[in-house]
Amino acid sequence: MSSSNRLGMSLVWSELWVLFRRWRTLAMLGAIALIPVFLALAVYWSSDTLAPGEGPPFLDRVSQNGLFVGYTSTILALPLFLPLTIGVVAGDTIAGEANQGTLRYLLISPAGRIRLLITKFIGAIAFVIAGTATLMIAGAIIGSILFPVGPVTLISGDVISVAESVWRMALVASYTTVSMLGLVAIGMFISTLTVVPVGAMAATVVLSGVSQILDNIPQLELIHEFLFTHYWLGFVDLLRQPIDYASFGSNALLQLAYVVIFGALAYSRFASKDILS
Amino acid sequence: MTSAENYAVWTSELTKQFGGQTAVNKINLAVPKGSVFGFLGPNGSGKTTTIRMLLGLADATDGEIELLGNKMPKQAEQALPRVGALVEGPAFYPYLSGKVNLRRLDSASKNADPKTREQRIDRALAKVGLTNAANKKVHKYSLGMKQRLGIANALLQERDLLVLDEPTNGLDPQGTREVRNLIRSLSSDGTTILVSSHLLSEIEQLCSHVAVMSAGKIVAQGSLAELQAQNQTYLKVVTPDAEKTLKALTDAGMKPKQETKHGLEIFTSEVEHGFDGDEVLRKLLKAKIKIKSFTVEQASLEDRFVDLTGEGFDVVQ
Repeated sequence: MSSSNRLGMSLVWSELWVLFRRWRTLAMLGAIALIPVFLALAVYWSSDTLAPGEGPPFLDRVSQNGLFVGYTSTILALPLFLPLTIGVVAGDTIAGEANQGTLRYLLISPAGRIRLLITKFIGAIAFVIAGTATLMIAGAIIGSILFPVGPVTLISGDVISVAESVWRMALVASYTTVSMLGLVAIGMFISTLTVVPVGAMAATVVLSGVSQILDNIPQLELIHEFLFTHYWLGFVDLLRQPIDYASFGSNALLQLAYVVIFGALAYSRFASKDILS
Repeated sequence: MTSAENYAVWTSELTKQFGGQTAVNKINLAVPKGSVFGFLGPNGSGKTTTIRMLLGLADATDGEIELLGNKMPKQAEQALPRVGALVEGPAFYPYLSGKVNLRRLDSASKNADPKTREQRIDRALAKVGLTNAANKKVHKYSLGMKQRLGIANALLQERDLLVLDEPTNGLDPQGTREVRNLIRSLSSDGTTILVSSHLLSEIEQLCSHVAVMSAGKIVAQGSLAELQAQNQTYLKVVTPDAEKTLKALTDAGMKPKQETKHGLEIFTSEVEHGFDGDEVLRKLLKAKIKIKSFTVEQASLEDRFVDLTGEGFDVVQ
C-alpha cells in the first residue's frame, strides 16, 4: 500500500477527476469565462466613453488598460453568478451522490464518512479556485487582446507595474476564493440534509442572496459583520497602495468561523445519517 | 445464542424502527462461514433494511451485529474491505464509462492498492463479461449490464463475504445462469455468500442455507435440507377410474382431495415425510385400476414460502 493512498489521496484525485470531467462543471467554468469576454467586447464596441467613476468600479478604466477586465468581471460575478455556480457544486456534493445511489457504494467501499466529507470539501474548493482563476485569466487574455496593457493606476492613484498587477490579480483571486469558503460549507451542510441535489443547490444560492440583502439593510448593521457575504467586495482593498490587508484578515476569520460551524453541522448530520437511497 | 465465531454474519435481536414502524423486529440472523445463504422474503419484509444495517449504511435501533467477527458499525473499517456488496440495485455515474466507474469506487477504499487497481478492474470486468463494454458510458448500458457491473464492483478485491441483494434482477436467462455459475465458483473458493432474492427457484438451486423473513421477522432459518424436510409430502395419483381409486386410497387410510382435469381424476393426499408408495401402488394395480401417473412429491420451497409469509399481494401490513 502506497503512502499516498494511506492518506486517502486516491479518493481526492478521483473526486477532482470526476468533478472536472463532468460537462456541467466545464460548462459552468465556460460561462464564468464569458463574463470578462462579454464585458470587454461591450466596452470595446461601445462608442460612448464612460466618465471616470461612472458604472461599476473600474469599468471606466477598462478601455485604457486591459488588465482591469479581470477586476471588473470579479465585481460583476461576485453577487450572483459565482455563488450560483458554487451553490451548484456544493449543493451537489453529498445529495448528488445520494440521489445517484453511488453514496452507498462509496461508503461500503469503505470511504469512511469523515474522509468522504473532507474529500468533497476539497473538491468544492478546487472548483472555487478554478472559477476565480478563470475569471482572472480569461479577463487578462481578452483584455490584452482588445486593449492596451501597461502600468496600472490604482484607486489610490499610485501606479504599479504589469508584473505587480499580475500579482494583485492572484491576490484578488485568492481573496475571492476565501470569500466563498463559508458558502461552500453551508452548501455542503444543506447537501447532507437531502437526497434532492437541486433542492440543496437552490437553498444554498438563496441563502447567499438573503445574506446580501440583509447586508444592505442599514437597520441591521449590528449583524452585518457576521454575514458571510459581508466582505465579498472587500477585495478592492487589495488594489490600494500600500495593500490594505485588514479586510482580507477579517474576511478569512469570518469564513473560517463559517467553515468550522457548518463543517461541524455537516459532520454531525452525515456521521449518523441512515443512507436509505 | 451460539458464539459468533463460526458465522460470517451474526446478529442478535437486531431491530430497526422508522418512526413508529418496526421494519426489522429482533432478528437473529446467523450466516455460517462458507455457506451460500439465501435470504428470502416478500418485498417490504425488511431484507434490504437488514442488509443496510449489516453494512453500516443504517444504524440499528437496537441489537448487535457482527460482520466477519467485527462489531458493526463500530469496526466498519476492519470489516468492510473484506465485504463486496450489491445493495438495492447497481448505482453508477452515468456520464462515466464502466471502467472509470470501477476506478472511482475502488479509489474510495483506503485498502485498495492503487498499483494493482487496473489489473483488478480488468479481471473483475472479465469475470462478468463486460470487457468489451468497459469503455462505454454507463448511461448506454442495459439494465443487465449495469447489474453485471455492480457485481464486478463487488469483486474488485478478494472478499470473504459477498452480499448480493437481488443479483439477477434485470438479467436475461443467460445472464442469470452466468451469475449462478459465478456464485458457485466464488463459493467453492471459500467465499461466504449472502444472496437475497424473491426468486425461489434460484435459491433452491444455489443455496446451502436459507432464512425467510416476513413482516420484519425471521420466520424460518436453517440449512436448505432442514427446511425442505419440514415441507409436506404428497401422494398424487392420476387415473380415469375415479370411484375405485377413491375407495382404494380411503381403505389405505388416506383422505384424498379430488379434482377433474382433461377427463382424468387427480387425487392428492398428504402423507408422512419419507412415505413409501410401493404398497399403495401394488394395491391399486391389484384392484385393476388404470393409472396414468403415480407420484410421491414434496411441496416446493415456493409452497413453503407462501405458507410462511402468507398469500396474496397484501402480505405486509
